Amino acid sequence: MTSEGHTIPNYMSIFWWLLGLTIVEIGWAILPHHSKLVLGGGIVGMAIIKAVLVALYFMHLKFERKIMGILFASTLILGMILVSVGIGEQVLPRP
Amino acid sequence: MEHAEAITFDPHHVEDETTTGIPHDKMGMWVFLCSEVMFFTGLIGSYIVLRFGSTWPDPKTVLNIWLTAGNTFILICSSVTMVKALEWIQRGDTRKMKLFMCLTLLGGSIFLGVQVFEYRHLLHEGFNPHVSLFGSTFYTMTGFHGFHVFCGVVCIAWCTGKAFLGKYTKEHHLGIETLGLYWHFVDLVWILLFAIVYLI
Repeated sequence: MTSEGHTIPNYMSIFWWLLGLTIVEIGWAILPHHSKLVLGGGIVGMAIIKAVLVALYFMHLKFERKIMGILFASTLILGMILVSVGIGEQVLPRP
Repeated sequence: MEHAEAITFDPHHVEDETTTGIPHDKMGMWVFLCSEVMFFTGLIGSYIVLRFGSTWPDPKTVLNIWLTAGNTFILICSSVTMVKALEWIQRGDTRKMKLFMCLTLLGGSIFLGVQVFEYRHLLHEGFNPHVSLFGSTFYTMTGFHGFHVFCGVVCIAWCTGKAFLGKYTKEHHLGIETLGLYWHFVDLVWILLFAIVYLI
């Protein structure tokens, strides 16, 4: 490890995590659920964990300068606002 | 940590001075990917809004989950081979870099082939873009993603060709790193699309 650089992460362990989460995700989708919220929440939660793993380790966001993280996160926040407003418009009662 | 003592990876290595300290190619790719985040967020957001506001069939009754799960596995594998290609060129092993680039190209091509097979099968079954709202959103989202995969495969083929011509070295391999960012992003988007479109 240098002052500026970092050791190369163990990509295979990330791969096994991604594979394991995908298998759990499919299992979760197949299992009968009483609530759509439980089904959707579990699957979206696992998908987000997988996406974060890819971004942090494969795209090296964890080791990049902070500006990259801020740049990427800002678009995600804007996107979440967009989706939230859209869902709110559908779910909330209209005046 | 695999070979942790043997090698270090410096993402801040800049061949030419830039105001950000990040190579222009890489910065450009990140800015492009940010615009892509907005693009796919728009698509996913529209899908969620439409789904909340109308009746929706269970995707598992229409789509072949197992086929797509296999395809997801292939795309994840291709992401791993891409990052391994970068790792090997950083170690200075061009032979292994070329091997992993070829494997990435193969993975991307298989993914596209399976998607075409899936589309043909679904269209044959009568599930087309104008049959329902689900059909429209399904083909729009997976179609745009497929187009991104296609562009990625073309770029990987180009870079693999350059690799065989000896254009990349331990010191100069920004092209592979930048292409890798794009390819991992395509993988990341698919992880979300697979969950939202196929599993819920």
